[in-house]
Amino acid sequence: MRLSSRITGRIAFGLIWASGGVAVLALLFIIGYVVVRGLPEINLEFLFTLPRGGLGGEGGISSCIVSTLWIIVVTMVLLTPLGLGAAVYLSEYAPDTRLVGFIRYGVELLAGVPSIVFGLFGYAVFVTVLSFRFSILSGALTLVCLLMPYLTRTAEEAMRSVPREQREAALALGATKWQMVARVVIPAAMPGILTGIILCIGRTVSESAPLFVTMGGSSQMPDGLMSSGRTLAVHVFYLAMETNALEKALATGTVLVVLILLTNLFTNWISERLQVRMMGVS
Amino acid sequence: MDPKIRTTNVDFFYGSVQALKQVTLDIREHHITALIGPSGCGKSTYLRSLNRMNETIAGTRLVGEVLLDGEDIYSDGVDVVELRKRVGMVFQQPNPFPKTIYENVIFGPRVLGETNKERLDYLAERSLKAAGLWEEVKDQLSKSGLALSGGQQQRLCIARALSVEPEVILMDEPCSALDPLSTLKIEELMQELKKEYTIVIVTHNMQQAARASEWTGFFLMGELIEYGETSELFSRPQEKKTEDYITGRFG
Repeated sequence: MRLSSRITGRIAFGLIWASGGVAVLALLFIIGYVVVRGLPEINLEFLFTLPRGGLGGEGGISSCIVSTLWIIVVTMVLLTPLGLGAAVYLSEYAPDTRLVGFIRYGVELLAGVPSIVFGLFGYAVFVTVLSFRFSILSGALTLVCLLMPYLTRTAEEAMRSVPREQREAALALGATKWQMVARVVIPAAMPGILTGIILCIGRTVSESAPLFVTMGGSSQMPDGLMSSGRTLAVHVFYLAMETNALEKALATGTVLVVLILLTNLFTNWISERLQVRMMGVS
Repeated sequence: MDPKIRTTNVDFFYGSVQALKQVTLDIREHHITALIGPSGCGKSTYLRSLNRMNETIAGTRLVGEVLLDGEDIYSDGVDVVELRKRVGMVFQQPNPFPKTIYENVIFGPRVLGETNKERLDYLAERSLKAAGLWEEVKDQLSKSGLALSGGQQQRLCIARALSVEPEVILMDEPCSALDPLSTLKIEELMQELKKEYTIVIVTHNMQQAARASEWTGFFLMGELIEYGETSELFSRPQEKKTEDYITGRFG
């Protein structure tokens, strides 16, 4: 028996609709579970006191919030210029040779390496050989290694998709290659570059394993680049594995989710404003 | 009168493919010269050799002589930036930058080092007026150039090319993406602009060449088949191939 095209169309529509629905439901369930169980634990005291440890996971998460902010700032300050520099080189200046093809392939490959492998590398190099010890600096440098391939690839994609016509327009007006890159290509690629940067912040916030082995896990308030620290994600891991305070872990998870949500909203806001300014659409 | 641009025996290669063969052509100052021919005939390649834009494509090579006011633009001492300031270009697709109208117009002066705000304002206003766009956009200079209509975008690109005060303007099928009314506006504009500039236009549209230009060159398979006054070339072509093309037998 052959089904009429109308019926196959309906079946396909139903299946597509169902998969979309499952994805949304799963997301709502996970977030809902974490937030519903975690939210009652959150109050000002929880946010503003140090973790005290112990089997009950006593105390709050103040130092974890501060550590998380530290690691975001240090990682992004180091990562952004390196990643963008590599992207500019690969997209605008790199000759089409085997070596460059190999570099590009290497970047792709690195982007797929599990993060704990970067953690071990960071432990071996930054913590041990370079004697940065368990510190925010070691953790941030490890994350830079982890995220640089990703940022480079995203930013390179964004720059390569700037149309040839706009590049030629700049050159035809007497711009040098660098002026073309700095004044036309990078601004035009900015929405894509920003998206990459935001996603990197998201990963910085959510990584736990590579930081656990490079930042240590001190619950003390960090007082500088060289002090050990514990980010929110590491704290969730610690609470879940070492204590029986699941509620506290979920509460910390809730704070994490909110932090990521805020970051995303902020980025959307910025890239929409950029879009309006550049394209004249709203 | 000496020509503004004189090209002698120009050969051009994309890798091993020869795109221009022995093109010899003089372009008169303050005139409009149209280059016509079927797709792939080399007319755009020729146009882009006049401001060395072909160099931005890897693996290209030019042999022969291109003189601007008697000086070879391909000789060693020539500064490409200076050349492109003198020989401006308008492209097939309107290609404003994703910036404001004002920033689009003054992009050229900016990269050439102009920082004086008053001078930049003056250049922006003068260029937009010369491109016939000032009245339409003077109250919205901080709007994005991409928010304009296609025809307005193309006139913005013309204003952008004018802002560096060039001597020659190269137009590579500037109306092929525009509606008839916008096309007409650009053609009227060209008649105004030729008083101050020398214009070379590549066009697919023979009516446009016949209407708007004084000199016409017909290209075919990389060769310049015929070159002469537009009225002559369209009414009494000397070459059989030209006649076949303009009467629509191929192309």
